Amino acid sequence: MQPVVEIRNLAKSYRRGGQIVPVLTDITLDIQRGEFTALMGPSGSGKSTLLNLIAGIDKPDSGHLRVGGLDITALGEGELADWRSRNVGFIFQFYNLMPVLSAFENIELPLTLTRLSRAERRERVELTLSLVGLSDRKDHYPSELSGGQQQRVAIARAVIADPVLIVADEPTGDLDRQSAADILAMLQRLNAELSTTIIMVTHDAHAARTARRLIYLDKGELMLEPPTI
Amino acid sequence: MMGVPLNYIARNLWSRRLTTLLTAGGLALVVFVFATVLMMDEGLKRTLVTTGELDNAVIIRKGAETEIQSGIARDQAGIIEMHPAVAIGAQGRRMVSKETVVLISLLRQGDNKPSNVVIRGTSDMGFLLRPQVRIKAGRLFHPGTSEVIVGSSIAARFNDTGIGQRLRFAQREWTVVGVFDAGGSGFDSEVWGDADQLMQAFRRNAYSAMVVRLADSSRFEAFRADVGEDPRLAQEMKPEQTFYSDQSKALSTFINVLGLTLSVIFSIGAMIGAMITMYASVASRVGEIGTLRALGFRRGAVLWAFLAEALLLGIVGGVAGLALAALMQLASFSTINFQTFADLSFRFILTPGIVVRTLLFAVIMGFVGGFLPAFRAARLNIVDALRAV
Repeated sequence: MQPVVEIRNLAKSYRRGGQIVPVLTDITLDIQRGEFTALMGPSGSGKSTLLNLIAGIDKPDSGHLRVGGLDITALGEGELADWRSRNVGFIFQFYNLMPVLSAFENIELPLTLTRLSRAERRERVELTLSLVGLSDRKDHYPSELSGGQQQRVAIARAVIADPVLIVADEPTGDLDRQSAADILAMLQRLNAELSTTIIMVTHDAHAARTARRLIYLDKGELMLEPPTI
Repeated sequence: MMGVPLNYIARNLWSRRLTTLLTAGGLALVVFVFATVLMMDEGLKRTLVTTGELDNAVIIRKGAETEIQSGIARDQAGIIEMHPAVAIGAQGRRMVSKETVVLISLLRQGDNKPSNVVIRGTSDMGFLLRPQVRIKAGRLFHPGTSEVIVGSSIAARFNDTGIGQRLRFAQREWTVVGVFDAGGSGFDSEVWGDADQLMQAFRRNAYSAMVVRLADSSRFEAFRADVGEDPRLAQEMKPEQTFYSDQSKALSTFINVLGLTLSVIFSIGAMIGAMITMYASVASRVGEIGTLRALGFRRGAVLWAFLAEALLLGIVGGVAGLALAALMQLASFSTINFQTFADLSFRFILTPGIVVRTLLFAVIMGFVGGFLPAFRAARLNIVDALRAV
C-alpha cells in the first residue's frame, strides 16, 4: 500500500542574522495510512519544522514530499491553502481557537471552506461535538472553557472536514495531567476507530507512548535507533 | 475564493468596543463635516433655484451679474414690455414686472448688528409672476404708499419687522403691513414695497431689472436675441431659475472648496486613526491569522477579512456622522451671498444623492485606513504567525 506521507532527502534551513542554519538534513521517511506517529527530539531538533513541512505550511529547500500521493512542494500558495483545507487537520499546543467564535462556530470554521450547505454543516458539527463530548458546551466561547475542553474543541475542528492526516504540535503541552490523558485517549480512539493518520510532535515521553510508532529526531537528522524512553 | 465568516469579522469589532467606538467616532465627525458641507450647498442652491419660476425670464443690463448692479431705463423697459413674446394676462395686461432692487441695512435680532437686506420695489404683477409668494399675515402694501411687506426669514430675524412696526430707510419711515412666505426661496430674505415709491425715495429713475412671463417658452431664444441685439436695449436675458442659481455660484464654490478642503484634511487624520486601530487589531491577532491560514484560508480571504472590518468601521462612522448631519435639517441658517452682498436665509437639505456620496466617502476612508494593515495581515508568514500565539 502506498504510504500516506512519502519523504525523500528532505532538507530545510533558516537564515538567522545573515547565517544559514540547517534545521533538517536529508530526511527520508514513510508514514503509512492509519498510523499514529509520535515525533520526538530535543528542542531545536527540527521536529516542528518537519511537521510544518508535512502539513504544507512551510516549504522545503530540497527533496521530495508527497502527501496522499500528491507532490505538495509543487503547489502554489493558493493551491496549497486549498489542499490544507481538504487534507490536513491541525491541533496546536495552545488550542488556537478564535476567541470571538463559540465552540460550535470554531468547529464549523473549516467547513466554511467547503461547499456544504448550512444544514449539512450544522449536522456534522453536532455529530463531532458529541464525538468529543461537548454537545452541552457548544454555545460557550473559548474563554468560558477549560484548557482540556478547548483542546477537545480543537480536535473536533481538526477532524470535522475528514482530513487525510492530523498534525498535532505538543497537544498536551499546556494541559494538566488528567486533561492530557483525556486528550491522548481521544487521539488514540480517533486513530483506532476512524483509522485517522496522526502525526504528533511531543516532548512528553508518556504522551509519545500512546502513539503506535515513534520517530526520533536529533540535530535535524532521523535517529535510526531511538534512545530508550 | 471562500471568505472568512462575517460573524468573525463583526464580532472582532464588537470585542474591541471602546477602540471601535473611538475610531468610528473620529470617522463620524469627518463624515458630519463632509455631509453638512454638501447639505449647505444643496440648501443654498435649492433656495436660489426655487426663487425662479420656470416660464419667467429676468432681464438685466449687459455685464451686470446681479439685479443690484443693473439698470434699465424707463424707455428701454417700455420697449421690452411691448415685445410680442411677452404673455398677456387677465384684462389684457402684459405680464411684466419692472422692479427696483436696493440694499438696505437692518439690525439683526439678538446681536443688534447691521446686516444687508434686499429691498425690492415691485407691483401686484410681481406677485402674479411668482405664485410661490403668498401673504402669510397682514396684507399686501397699497400702491403709492410707504408700506412694505417682509419675507418670513426677515420677520423672524430682524428688529422692527413685525406688522405695524416701522422701518427707517431712504429718509422715510415705512410701515410693515404684512409678512409673506416664499416657500423657502430667496425672496423669503427680502423686503417688498411699491416700485414707484421706492424709486422716488432712493432717487432713482431707472429700474434695476425686469421679470417677464413668456407667452410660449419656446420663444425664449428669439426674445433673448432681440433684447440682446437691439442697439436701443443691449440687455441680457436669462431664464429666472438660471439667473438665481448663477447667483449662488460664488458662494457655492467657496463653501465647496473650503468645506471639502477641511473634509480632506480631517479625513487624513481619521484615516490615520483607522489605520492605527487596524494595525493594532492585526498585531493582537497574529496567532489567529496564522491559524486561519493554516486551516486553509487564502491570503486573499485574510486580506478581505481585515479590509471588511475596516469598511464596517467606516460604515458605522458614516451612518453615525450622517445621522448627526441629518439633525442639521431642523435648523435654519443665514449667510451673506457674495454676489448680491445681501443676507440669505437657507436650510441644510439632505438628499439621497448626499447620503450615497457621504457613505461612499466613509467607506473610502475605511478602505484607505484598512488597506495597509490588511495587506500586512495577508502577507504574514504562517509559521512565524503561529509562533506568536
